Amino acid sequence: MRISPIRIRQLILQMAKRAGVGHIGSALSIADIIAALYGDVLRIVHPDDPNRDRFILSKGHAAMALYAALYLKEWLTKETLETYCMDPVTSENKEHLTRHPSLCTHHCLGVHPEHTFPAVDFSTGSLGHGLAIGTGAALAARLEGCSRRVFVLISDAECNEGSNWESVMLAAHHRLSNLIVIVDLNGQQAFGYTDNVLSLSPMAAKWEAFEWDVHEVDGHNVVEITETIQKLDTKSDSPHVLIARTTFGKGVSYMENRIKWHYMPMSDAEYQQAVEEVESGK
Amino acid sequence: MRYAFVKTLLELAERDERILLLTGDLGYTVLEPFAEKFPNRSDLRRNRFFNVGVAEQNMVGVGTGLAEAGYIPFLYSIATFAAIRPYEFIRNGPALHQLPVRIVGVGGGFEYGSAGPTHWALEDIALMRAQPGLTIVAPADHLQTRAALLETWDMPCPIYYRLGKDDKTTIPGLEGRFVLGRPQFIRKGSDLLIIAMGSVTSEVAKAANALSERGVGCSIMVVSSLNPDPIDDLVEVLSRFSVAMTVENHYLAGGLGSVVSEVVAEHGIGCRVVRCGVERVLDGVSGGTDYLRHIYGLSSEALVKKAVESIAS
Repeated sequence: MRISPIRIRQLILQMAKRAGVGHIGSALSIADIIAALYGDVLRIVHPDDPNRDRFILSKGHAAMALYAALYLKEWLTKETLETYCMDPVTSENKEHLTRHPSLCTHHCLGVHPEHTFPAVDFSTGSLGHGLAIGTGAALAARLEGCSRRVFVLISDAECNEGSNWESVMLAAHHRLSNLIVIVDLNGQQAFGYTDNVLSLSPMAAKWEAFEWDVHEVDGHNVVEITETIQKLDTKSDSPHVLIARTTFGKGVSYMENRIKWHYMPMSDAEYQQAVEEVESGK
Repeated sequence: MRYAFVKTLLELAERDERILLLTGDLGYTVLEPFAEKFPNRSDLRRNRFFNVGVAEQNMVGVGTGLAEAGYIPFLYSIATFAAIRPYEFIRNGPALHQLPVRIVGVGGGFEYGSAGPTHWALEDIALMRAQPGLTIVAPADHLQTRAALLETWDMPCPIYYRLGKDDKTTIPGLEGRFVLGRPQFIRKGSDLLIIAMGSVTSEVAKAANALSERGVGCSIMVVSSLNPDPIDDLVEVLSRFSVAMTVENHYLAGGLGSVVSEVVAEHGIGCRVVRCGVERVLDGVSGGTDYLRHIYGLSSEALVKKAVESIAS
């Protein structure tokens, strides 16, 4: 099933505008990676199948891209998608909630994904946590002799967290070739550019030094991402990492590579321009 | 307690393939029976024992991933490193997802006395107690350790096991009894209620004997699990005493004394609570467990003195 990255970007913009929140640039950065994963990569017959591939969005603040894909896979309803950053309605607060144009009557999607929603394997949001969980999930599959794979999408700045490197060592030590990490290498973090905040270079060499199987890809080329993953040998001796070169805010000219779009919401005019630019990407 | 724990775990692991044992490179001379019973194979299939290296955050994260897949991973280290170093991973992993990860912390309180303050787990109960749905099991001796593990190992929620290092001492009257969420009574007396947790209960038992010789009759209630807290039992017993003394290998803030004080306050019980624990550690002072218990008021002699003062005041 093909997932359109343009459709993901449209949904990201709609969610962000409706909720009046940020993290737009981070979500746009991974739209093509998510499109590849939920297109032809992840083997998930049903989200409750215990032998499904696992996916952990460790950079949980980009969850809008994940929610969009889950909606397009029909694992989240339109109604649930529209609860993004809303307040649930209860009998107590019904008359006091005026902040949001539409109100939901059940639990709502948050900025960061929660495992209580269908097809969300693990709650994330605390950077540096997802890879450790993914390493355990990959180890579990190995113990069972099951061929399921585990995908973990981390941000480049997330590699500031030392915990990642504990997991990197353990996964290499146990040769967890069923573990596939994708690094969203957009060069930005909350307060600035990664080169200025805490240099991550050379990213690929770091992973190679830990004896991972390293692949550098264009993080906006769905075909290249998909084909690279499909060629990975998950019975080899090394875990795999795709260093995906991306552009923060990809698809919206005024957001691309701009720090402010890590946090800022869009005005009406900015939203209109963003939608037009994203749709012109067709 | 740690030997009893591992021996019992090995028995359970032989019966249930979901049990895995992970260590953060600690447990030398303790974990070998388990490792030898389940030797590792190169292809990982059905491996049961993993030394994940000195990396406790990762150990908890890995445990979370294993538990989601249906395993029951036991994560072993010294209590400070098992519980405190990876605290946020425990919070966002097993606690948030309500997965059956077992955090096994050895040496609560001053049991690694001469190792110094980096090895004293004095706030682990407070931290773990703050996590809803994370059960705490803190046995008083090795017999109760075995009983507690047999009763709780396959519960669906995460569990923190706080173990002492002493595998010889037994608490008189306890006889290894353990019921989750319920206290055990090991002595009855009407002058003072002493509520104890963990291996320091042995000091409490000695203190009660000395107090008895002075004509002071003590009831001793051993609390060995929290979350769920033994609230109903505490309400019932505290209502019968004017003074209750809590004793724990822990900072005063957030542990057993806090639990008892909360129950007294919330239920309006007319019982004064005297808390025996550690207020703060002194700079540059380390030593053996007995010495540290002595200077922090947790030796039997210090407890006798405190008990007499408490009754008199």
